Amino acid sequence: MDELFLARLQFGSTTIFHFLFVPLSIGLVFLVALMETHYVLKGDERYKKLAKFWGHLFLINFAVGVVTGIIQEFQFGMNWSDYSRFVGDVFGAPLAIEALLAFFMESTFIGLWIFGWDRLSPKVHLACIWLVSLGTMMSALWILAANSFMQEPVGFVMNNGRAEMNDFFALLTNPQLAVEFPHVIFGALATGAFFIGGVSAFKILKGQEVDLFKKSFNLAMTVALISGLAIAFSGHAQAKHLMESQPMKMAASEALWEDSGDPAAWTAFAWIDSENQENSFEINIPFALSYLAYEKFQGDVPGMKTLQAEYEATYGEGNYIPPVKTTFWSFRIMVGAGMVMIFASLLGLYFSYRETLAQQKWFLRAMVALISFPFIANSAGWIMTEVGRQPWTVFGLMTTSASISPNVSTASLLLSLIAFSGAYLILAIVLVYLFIREIKKGVEHHEAAPDQKAGDPFDQEVYL
Amino acid sequence: MGLNELWFLLIAVLFVGFFFLEGFDFGVGISTRFLAKNDLERRIMINTIGPFWDANEVWLLTGGGAIFAAFPHWYATMFSGYYVPFVFVLLALIGRGVAFEFRGKVQSARWTKTWDYVVFFGSLLPPFLFGVLFTSILRGMPIDADMNMYAGFTDFVNLYSITGGVTVTILCFLHGLSFLTLRTVGDLQNRSRALAKKVVWLALAALVAFVGLSYDQTDIFTARASVTVPMIGAIVIAYVLAALFLTKKRDGLAFVSSGAGIILTVSVIFASLFPRVMISSLSSAYDLTVYNAASGPYSLKVMTIVAVTLLPFVIGYQIWSYYVFRKRVDGKDLTY
Repeated sequence: MDELFLARLQFGSTTIFHFLFVPLSIGLVFLVALMETHYVLKGDERYKKLAKFWGHLFLINFAVGVVTGIIQEFQFGMNWSDYSRFVGDVFGAPLAIEALLAFFMESTFIGLWIFGWDRLSPKVHLACIWLVSLGTMMSALWILAANSFMQEPVGFVMNNGRAEMNDFFALLTNPQLAVEFPHVIFGALATGAFFIGGVSAFKILKGQEVDLFKKSFNLAMTVALISGLAIAFSGHAQAKHLMESQPMKMAASEALWEDSGDPAAWTAFAWIDSENQENSFEINIPFALSYLAYEKFQGDVPGMKTLQAEYEATYGEGNYIPPVKTTFWSFRIMVGAGMVMIFASLLGLYFSYRETLAQQKWFLRAMVALISFPFIANSAGWIMTEVGRQPWTVFGLMTTSASISPNVSTASLLLSLIAFSGAYLILAIVLVYLFIREIKKGVEHHEAAPDQKAGDPFDQEVYL
Repeated sequence: MGLNELWFLLIAVLFVGFFFLEGFDFGVGISTRFLAKNDLERRIMINTIGPFWDANEVWLLTGGGAIFAAFPHWYATMFSGYYVPFVFVLLALIGRGVAFEFRGKVQSARWTKTWDYVVFFGSLLPPFLFGVLFTSILRGMPIDADMNMYAGFTDFVNLYSITGGVTVTILCFLHGLSFLTLRTVGDLQNRSRALAKKVVWLALAALVAFVGLSYDQTDIFTARASVTVPMIGAIVIAYVLAALFLTKKRDGLAFVSSGAGIILTVSVIFASLFPRVMISSLSSAYDLTVYNAASGPYSLKVMTIVAVTLLPFVIGYQIWSYYVFRKRVDGKDLTY
């Protein structure tokens, strides 16, 4: 096995694994903050109980998100040292700012929130959870600013063979960031919302604490619908922007070998033959790709062969076509899952409004299964974004094969890959096990009588 | 002082902060094996660092991020060169982080015991490996003209680096024990102090061995003698004072002394490195310095503005969180 393959496998798998927890944390803490706000402003104790219950699940998830994130901070240097040397001047700044601005804020105020229920006034305690929520979103902003640079390098000059920053504000006003950040944040809110919605549906289905869980279900579905629509709009903006910034990714995500012709049809299904650079079978929806790319029902979209010739003229010989099947199908999985989520949240709100939710057993069961959809959509979206950028790590500037650490051996890579996979597997199993336990216990359990906690500083109330 | 020097100083401050703060977290984690008689005591001990450890660990992440931003070559050379040690550091930090969260989740002795071992080894391994890392950087590693480090087993593992690892671990252990004397009451507090009184001599012995080997293996006494020699003297004084204060039951002053010892130890390492950030054992021409490993002046300027603006807030709210949880953990307090 070659080192490039192993390093990519490790980076891809650890990042996807990390990003299962990140959006759930961002979404959950936002919803918990909403619940606690309701409690503090209206004095409704039920919302305090809900905030604590969902808070427990958030904390388990947050712990896993934090520890899997430590690897992310270090593995650019560990596995991609030539990349780090090349872009560190630009790329390191957002990472350092993320730690300074977001990580400190999250970690300090989460400690205050967990241990501070009885030590801080309700309003200060509420401020803590909102600061955690703000921290998670700032963290996303800075890491996405770094990622946007990889998609669309801005604010730099080439100096001594390295990219050096010459305009910090260009990094922050990167048009790619403007479309990527809202898409990711609303995706995260939807992830938290579908988790809460699905778990609530499960409890309603079981007839346990139905009134409480109807409240969290309603709140979750409201957030889910708003987020779902925002995801669709920002996703469309991203596709439109892709036509300017990375047309090759667009062509690959459409399996468009030849130029589309005007107007461009959208391919819903294709049997892709990458070797012969053609599709043996396609189902097309006329006009749709023109709309996706230009917001009008006309316009030609360049195909991969045209772009390949263009890139060869610009960057020299090489293969500039990314893995087409992966890019094509991950895009469709993401969009499909997103559509189902919007539809489900509409339906959920409708049943809630008609007060027939508890009777819709089939829908409640479906909602439990739908917990997986945002996770699938998030992962597929990132696979499309990152695989579709290949062969580049930084578009137009540096290729993936030139980014790797030259001094890390295959044996070291195998060791780390096995070690991290093993650790992550254990984490995943324990996390799911603990989630199920907490969910089974329900809301009221967490409001255990105070005497049970006496003499036991580490019991339920404190360190969860 | 130019921006390159300033960023070296800032990174040194971040690592000093990390070892001072996370040092007692590691120490408390190590102490759980030696001090706690039962599960309740172990819980109390972990509880003393409960609200803080996560934020303390962020000092390391920020240090890493700052190295990446200010000295990309340092970041690239160190993290790729120390690939295998970092794999173990990461495994330890991953395990420790979730163990705090998971250990109390299931009421089963086996479950708790398993995660307690993870807490222990997750607290023992990182200070040891960081000690190995910093001492071997001080000694010099095989770094070639392209700034890539190709190190063999004996470059990582030798008498000097192991002594460095053990020393840092003992210093953290002592720091954790003196933290516990401040945060607990009664029997547990007394036993923390009693054990600290023994460990402080161990720390002094380890330091003497470490300094002796450093004289032989590094240029710590010659490169910047006017700074490092007085500092080394101060380290010894700090730990002698710690021993004295522990005997007199002046726990606050003992903690300050142990903290000063850690701060000075990390500072000596950075002071003797400067202006180098990675020393090449092949040729001093291949050394990475604050000049040839750095980002451009524009990046450094932007980062300076950001850091100078944000750091006071960060330090401010961290101090506030220590103030909120200033009360000792006695195991009877219902709110805990």
